[in-house]
Amino acid sequence: MFTRHERLKSAYDVVIIGAGGHGLAAAYYLARDHGMTDVAVLDQSYIGGGNTGRNTTIIRSNYLTPDGVKFYDESVRLWRDLSQDFDLNLFYSTRGHFTLAHTDSAMRTMRWRAEVNKHFGVQSEAVDAKTVAEAIPMMDLSCGGHGPPVLGALYHAPGAIARHDAVAWGYGRGADRRGVEIHQETQLLGVELEDHGSGPAVVGVRTNRGRIATRKLLCAVAGSTPGVLAMVGLRSPIHIHPLQAMVSEPLKPWLDPIIVSGSLHIYVSQSARGELVMGASLDPYELHSTRSTLDFAESLSAHLLELFPFLSDVRIVRQWAGMADMTPDFAPIMGKTPVQGFYLDSGWGTWGFKATPVCGKTMSYTVANDQDHPLIRGFAFDRFAHYALTGEKGAASVGH
Amino acid sequence: MKILTCPINGPRPITEFAYGGELREMPDPARATDAEWTDYVFNRNSVPSTKCEWWCHTSSGVWFIAVRDTASDVTLRTFLYARSAGGAP
Ligand SMILES: Cc1cc2nc3c(=O)[nH]c(=O)nc-3n(C[C@H](O)[C@H](O)[C@H](O)COP(=O)(O)OP(=O)(O)OC[C@H]3O[C@@H](n4cnc5c(N)ncnc54)[C@H](O)[C@@H]3O)c2cc1C
Repeated sequence: MFTRHERLKSAYDVVIIGAGGHGLAAAYYLARDHGMTDVAVLDQSYIGGGNTGRNTTIIRSNYLTPDGVKFYDESVRLWRDLSQDFDLNLFYSTRGHFTLAHTDSAMRTMRWRAEVNKHFGVQSEAVDAKTVAEAIPMMDLSCGGHGPPVLGALYHAPGAIARHDAVAWGYGRGADRRGVEIHQETQLLGVELEDHGSGPAVVGVRTNRGRIATRKLLCAVAGSTPGVLAMVGLRSPIHIHPLQAMVSEPLKPWLDPIIVSGSLHIYVSQSARGELVMGASLDPYELHSTRSTLDFAESLSAHLLELFPFLSDVRIVRQWAGMADMTPDFAPIMGKTPVQGFYLDSGWGTWGFKATPVCGKTMSYTVANDQDHPLIRGFAFDRFAHYALTGEKGAASVGH
Repeated sequence: MKILTCPINGPRPITEFAYGGELREMPDPARATDAEWTDYVFNRNSVPSTKCEWWCHTSSGVWFIAVRDTASDVTLRTFLYARSAGGAP
């Protein structure tokens, strides 16, 4: 599916670190939309083996801030014809997305999100418990009496899921065919900077397979971002916590929409194969590891059974984790940085899969023009220095 | 089940503890520049390493310091914070 390149060249116009969905999408649009094909994508491991291949693939645009809603809405628009673009089946499946509210204050946040969404033309609706019961008859709205009952939900019709690996493969193959070089098992070890009076600028990178000269370096390494930032002498608010997920054995199709409950800290959807794909909130402390835990599987199962008690006999077949690059405001950190030629696509935490297409679009523009794309201005590296945060926590803390 | 050792209550399941972040020196707010203060408020050292961290045994309310490797999740030592020793453990 991909060309294997025996050797790295000594120089490229652009070097991209990270062959996850984000890095490969940026390479694809650099080649397709900006005519830049002298591009190398490096990955220390294999294509899509990071968070791209570990995520639970929820795609939605029902965010809270105007910056977020506009950005994710553009992504959903791009997703819809990506299978055509790639000539590859991404199993993109529009399911509808319910974020359950168990308290009055949660209902208030749902109304708020619905209003912001509608203002920007995104289909979202605050609905009552009766509507939820009609849409998902198997759900126990009383939560077995163990916690606050379901009072209503935010319903977001465009909510979707897709095949994560195929997204990386589709972007990778498209970039490869247009002349981009993808080098797997190639690790970034250091970044060479020069300062001629106007601040540090990228002039090259060191890898386990040799040195490369380049003046444009895009960093799209999710949970490994702090290490790369240290190589260019930048500090950021990004902190790393594992996010875990698990799947059940395949069941007959019974769950069409995607369900999220912030109060129960769970979310669930049913894949095309019939597996229940389930997740929860972030692990509670910093860890640079993809280990998973029994605590996670137990607590997620217990909460899931409060909504769907009939699942008590269903087996769990796999669990895993990814390293989430979290930010204080639950918005990403994207675009140019204080280091000339060093571009960042990071802070994607638990919510970046859905943004893969729009990140590729906006980062390729930013790299090609050395200018932040208008859609990412709310996500700038220096927003913290100005105390101008883009608060998405209300839309991103459990429902990824 | 992962176990952490509280300096007062001994070994307990990790679910009894809350993580309080890395032990950091607060700059003097009256003297710090805007850049120093912003760095303190937002920025974190998130490169995998062995760190001194605040942890709380929530069932008893004991705050203490753990020296932990954030890559392997191995805790090397735990002890009570001693302010008299100049702050740094
Ligand atoms: C369990 C889980 C569930 C999630 N669920 C959702 C969801 O439902 N919806 C959603 O929108 N998002 C979700 N996310 C978040 C989403 O997965 C990520 O934000 C997104 O996939 C990030 O993609 P990426 O391409 O930036 O990073 P990655 O796919 O992680 O790719 C980064 C790559 O960089 C490489 N790399 C790192 N360091 C180096 C180096 N020094 N040299 C060379 N290569 C390097 C890695 O090997 C890796 O392949 C979830 C995440 C997890 C962990």
